[in-house]
Amino acid sequence: MIKQLVGLLAVLAVAALFVALLPLMAPTELGPVTRHYVEQGLVENRGANLVTSIVVNYRGFDTLGEVTVLFLSVSGAGFVLRRREGLVPEPQRRSSELVQTASRVLFAPIVLFGAYIFVHGHLTPGGGFQGGAVIASAVLLLLLADRDRLLPHGFLSVIESFSGFGYVVTGFVGLAATGSFLANRGVIDLGTWNRLFSAGVIPVIYVLIGLKVGSELATLLDTMMHADQAGEGHR
Amino acid sequence: MNLLSLHALAVGTAIVLILVGLAGALVRRNLLKIVLGFSIADSGVNLLIVTLGHIPGRTAPIIDDPKLLKDAGSLVVDASKVVDPLPQALVLTAIVIGVGVTALMLAFVVRLYAQGKSLDIRDFGRLKW
Repeated sequence: MIKQLVGLLAVLAVAALFVALLPLMAPTELGPVTRHYVEQGLVENRGANLVTSIVVNYRGFDTLGEVTVLFLSVSGAGFVLRRREGLVPEPQRRSSELVQTASRVLFAPIVLFGAYIFVHGHLTPGGGFQGGAVIASAVLLLLLADRDRLLPHGFLSVIESFSGFGYVVTGFVGLAATGSFLANRGVIDLGTWNRLFSAGVIPVIYVLIGLKVGSELATLLDTMMHADQAGEGHR
Repeated sequence: MNLLSLHALAVGTAIVLILVGLAGALVRRNLLKIVLGFSIADSGVNLLIVTLGHIPGRTAPIIDDPKLLKDAGSLVVDASKVVDPLPQALVLTAIVIGVGVTALMLAFVVRLYAQGKSLDIRDFGRLKW
């Protein structure tokens, strides 16, 4: 009881902090750094979506770190929930005919939609992370329709490793061409603003991120889907 | 700040979400509810950061219209017509990290349940001093 009261008091303290900070929460102008990103974004990157320009180019190195964090958390979950070798998953209740048929019909369109989102990441709201999540949702549908299905782990890890490797290689190509890691200008032609083939290496990197996030989240879903059996196997 | 504006509504919702999530994580004893609390607080923080970059009357930082450029000849964007893209880029990162962290926490919960057959945090006091 005492502990919960202390917890509630802590929450109230945070609430008071927010109330004190409230006057700062209505900006009227862009800051100096973000002003440069906005004004020079098209000149330097030709990507219509300025958020993508920041995530993949100006802050591309941070995004590389972010992809690493995602990889670490997924492999951490996989390590914690690892399956014992040779453990055959117990057969589970079959899902309904509707889900099974719908998953067969919808799988390809959802994957295509995910690919569309990450290919157009530099033009529309979207990109590698969002597209990858959509692809993973298609895999989730597949797993819901057939719970005993085991995903092709070899295939997924090949896609995942090669896309991560490709990201780093793109960075080094920039380093070799212009002397700056993950550089965009001077590596390949930037193209015309607001066209699919524009923004230099940004779409290349975002496609790689999309593949990487998609395969990582699919592996994660597979790990969690079969986690109950892993728990039984270790007892 | 106008109290009835969309901006104030979003800030208010974000703060309420953060507080609800924090209270859930601190007060609840079910491990799943604690994870859920962290996840709710995460959404609140993301909403708050995006809202902090929002300036009323401006449009999204996606330059698909020549009207958003300073002048027709060059590609310099008029910085007084779009909202701040930097918080949005930060939140894009934070959402993905949030998914990864939530997945890792849930994995730990599954493992703890498999070992102790309990979801009550009071049953896992071994690291307490």
